[in-house]
Amino acid sequence: MNPQTLQLICFYAFAFVTVIAALSVITLKNTVHAVLALVLTFFSSACLWMLLEAEFLALALIVVYVGAVMVLFLFVVMMLDIDQEKMREGFVKFLPVGLIVAVVMLVEMLGLIGVRAMHAQVMGANPAVAAGMSNTAWLGQALYTKFLLPFEIAALILTVGVVAAVALTLRERRDARYESPSQQVKVDPRDRVRIVKMAAVRPPAAPVDDNTPQESRP
Amino acid sequence: MSLSTSILLTIALAPLVGCVLAGFLGKFLGRAGSHSVTILGVAISCALSFYVLYQLTLGGAETYNQNIYTWFQIGPINASVGFLVDRLTAMMLVVVSFVSLLVHVYTIGYMADDDGYTRFFSYISLFTFSMFMLVMSNNFMQLFFGWEAVGLVSYLLIGFWYKRPTAIFANLKAFLVNRVGDFGFLLGIAAVLYFLHTLDYATAFGTAPSLIGKTLQITAGTHWEAATVICICLFIGAMGKSAQVPLHVWLPDSMEGPTPISALIHAATMVTAGIFMVARMSPLFELSSTALSFVLVIGATTALFTGLIGIVQNDIKRVIAYSTLSQLGYMTVALGVSMYAGAVFHLMTHAFFKALLFLGAGSVIIAMHHEQDMRYMGGLRKYMPITWLTMWAGSLALVAVPFTSGFYSKDAIIEAVGESHRWGAHYAYFCVMAGALVTGLYTFRQMYLTFHGKERFTVLDHHGHGHDEHDAHGHHEPGVLAHAPKESPWVVTLPLVLLAIPSLLVGFFTVGPVLFGQWFGSAIHVDEANNVLGELGQEFHGSLAMALHGFTQLPFLLVLVAFVTTTYIYLFNPAMAGRIKSALKPLWTVLDRKYWVDDVYFALFARGGVRLGRLFWKAGDTAVIDDVMVNGSVGLVHRIAATMRRLQSGYLYHYAFAMILGLILLLGGYWLFGSGPVGSVLAGQ
Amino acid sequence: MITLAHYIVLGAVLFCIAVAGLFINRKNVIVLLMSIELMLLAVNMNFVAFSRFLGDVSGQVFVFFILTVAAAEAAIGLAILVLLFRNRSTINIADIDSMKG
Repeated sequence: MNPQTLQLICFYAFAFVTVIAALSVITLKNTVHAVLALVLTFFSSACLWMLLEAEFLALALIVVYVGAVMVLFLFVVMMLDIDQEKMREGFVKFLPVGLIVAVVMLVEMLGLIGVRAMHAQVMGANPAVAAGMSNTAWLGQALYTKFLLPFEIAALILTVGVVAAVALTLRERRDARYESPSQQVKVDPRDRVRIVKMAAVRPPAAPVDDNTPQESRP
Repeated sequence: MSLSTSILLTIALAPLVGCVLAGFLGKFLGRAGSHSVTILGVAISCALSFYVLYQLTLGGAETYNQNIYTWFQIGPINASVGFLVDRLTAMMLVVVSFVSLLVHVYTIGYMADDDGYTRFFSYISLFTFSMFMLVMSNNFMQLFFGWEAVGLVSYLLIGFWYKRPTAIFANLKAFLVNRVGDFGFLLGIAAVLYFLHTLDYATAFGTAPSLIGKTLQITAGTHWEAATVICICLFIGAMGKSAQVPLHVWLPDSMEGPTPISALIHAATMVTAGIFMVARMSPLFELSSTALSFVLVIGATTALFTGLIGIVQNDIKRVIAYSTLSQLGYMTVALGVSMYAGAVFHLMTHAFFKALLFLGAGSVIIAMHHEQDMRYMGGLRKYMPITWLTMWAGSLALVAVPFTSGFYSKDAIIEAVGESHRWGAHYAYFCVMAGALVTGLYTFRQMYLTFHGKERFTVLDHHGHGHDEHDAHGHHEPGVLAHAPKESPWVVTLPLVLLAIPSLLVGFFTVGPVLFGQWFGSAIHVDEANNVLGELGQEFHGSLAMALHGFTQLPFLLVLVAFVTTTYIYLFNPAMAGRIKSALKPLWTVLDRKYWVDDVYFALFARGGVRLGRLFWKAGDTAVIDDVMVNGSVGLVHRIAATMRRLQSGYLYHYAFAMILGLILLLGGYWLFGSGPVGSVLAGQ
Repeated sequence: MITLAHYIVLGAVLFCIAVAGLFINRKNVIVLLMSIELMLLAVNMNFVAFSRFLGDVSGQVFVFFILTVAAAEAAIGLAILVLLFRNRSTINIADIDSMKG
């Protein structure tokens, strides 16, 4: 079999799965199922990117998205007690509007793409191979030289995102008791004890009745 | 030899020191301390003024002209404080300081019971200082400073009793009318600066002939002679300060101030500042016969028509006030015929006899417990003989009976107007001649109503009551006195006597040198062609001969007519005054309403101003700025925001829908108007 | 033979599905977030395809960045969602209109 034909068959297969999975994402009743459908979408997309010989991004998509982000989604969905039925209200009501808008947009996009003319655009040779290296090396070389600053900023954004996510969801428990080491270290004995010098005085010679409780003196 | 700077500075600053001490430390000094310190200051100035006059006249001192302090310098314009002291200045110094000193003394008696005693002394000393700065100035800037300063003090003193609504009205009126004049004055100074490029007198007068031939285009197509513009503008300032028609309306109302002020400021000195200024500017005025004709006509009109109003007044101070207006008109007429020396001479004699009349009127007012209406007086002669006698002396001088000083100055003016060939001189001659009759009428009427005839007041002599404290400022029944009028204390009568002497005598001794002897020298410049005084001087054969000649002249005969008429009416047939009044009702109404000038000003300027202000307030401020611009823009933003607010539903999907709608439109736009499908573009490469 | 058009059209279809998802699931925030992830996937698809077509590495670098930002966005978005649920006991967008003008 012609490898190109095989590639085309593979493309159509994965594209079909992608589209079906995407449609499932927006239509499935159960949110957990929807998340799983999204995982499938990402997975088949990764396969399509493999066909484009973008191996690094395809694997990154699976590792980062499917492995991390989608799991996060699943956790959240499972943790929240969501009334599924209520969430589905208006689904039928807004379906026509959504369809119309989506179809109009698709028609416009296809028109703008110019499918027939575009069809003549054949993918060239793999630039990474032409440069004599793997896709990962090709991408990494660009990332660590030409795009170093954006790369580091992206890292910073991720860090901030993690910190922000933690900070947002952090819940201070009122029933727990915490220690504050910094305050403990800063303690000064003079703040706690006051030594007062005063002359010795004899209490007034009043008849003291031992049976009545004495007034407490500060 | 020359005058010493320190003497001149002392003259100017001594009253200022007194003013500051009395004004700021009055509470510590007390009443006696305040009047002592201010009187001392003015007395020093007065003595030194006499010394300066002596030095300039007999001591052979030269004219002093020096800058003492430079205030600021802008390019070629130099604003400095400096003194120009020649004989003209010296005469003004003597007149101002002498009258001021006497008024200071007089005030001790007149204001004895007033709460604002120290404040009053501070004000009059400040006035004296300002007047000195005005007359001693050697440049236009300082002249303007003095001019405004005396205006300020005048304002403060007219409104001295600031709790009286009428006083507040009067001082506001004086202030506003003077602003009109000052505006012209300032324009005149600006014109001097524009054409002559200097503010210094000596330089300006030296280069004044260069004005000939220069013109100024005020409106398209009209060319005005530069000298005429300058002089008329300056004279408008003088019209305001010296209360010439049509800016005379403030002076009669200024009588709301205390009487010593009426004597000092609104009769003897400040109001003559305009006359002095024009005399000082004689080198400029001589260049424009148009301006001098203007001066002449204004002066003549003032002299006659304001005098006529005086005949129908009942307030003793107002009669004298209108008399002052009339006499200022005479001075202005003298200026108009280039007889500057005569104007200044009349200024001097007038200062003495008018101050005397005012102070005498004040003495009467004290005796009448602040009643000023002559209809409730009469027969005061026997209660206050000194006041009576001195008032008669002043009156004789006012009506120009020969041998009195008023005669020499006034008769000379009338003669000079007769000699003059200036445009308008015939009209002026008629006015001043008729004015002589009018002067006689109101003066004698006033004297008879006040001092002669029946007593038209009643005395409530309740001994048990003793000193009545409620009669201070006329809160009593008209014509009812708590106790009988009596002669005023010596501090009041002494100034009267001291003023009566020069009122009667000073003219006799000084007329020769001052008018005909070129006494002023270079201080006053008169063009040879305009020199009416020179022509008169050829017929002058001494004071005695002039006075004797005066007995046969028309002015004296007119005074005699006035004397006979008023004597008959007010002494022998008092009912006739009423009959004449009803017979000449329309004329009387015209005079009583003061030719409706006040009414016109009120309707036109005051109400018009209010209406204009209301228009700007309603239409400009409230409607345009407030409603349209300020509130309008706020309202517009508010309305737009109210509309925009509806779009902000707060629902996420609405925003998402808006975004996607925008995306669809954007794509559609690219599709329709873009450069074709991307595929075709790629294929075309 | 796979051409550029295949991937571009696939991207467009995915994007429109995501848009439709935004419309028909207007109450469930989780599905909305997933629709946004779909949109980003569609965009990434285009980037990768054009990168390969033009032989330019920038497209794939950009996809890398988009993945990064999308991960951060998903983390924060889900954190907000948890917070929202904790405070309001609902993730129904129709109940969340405190930004109403």
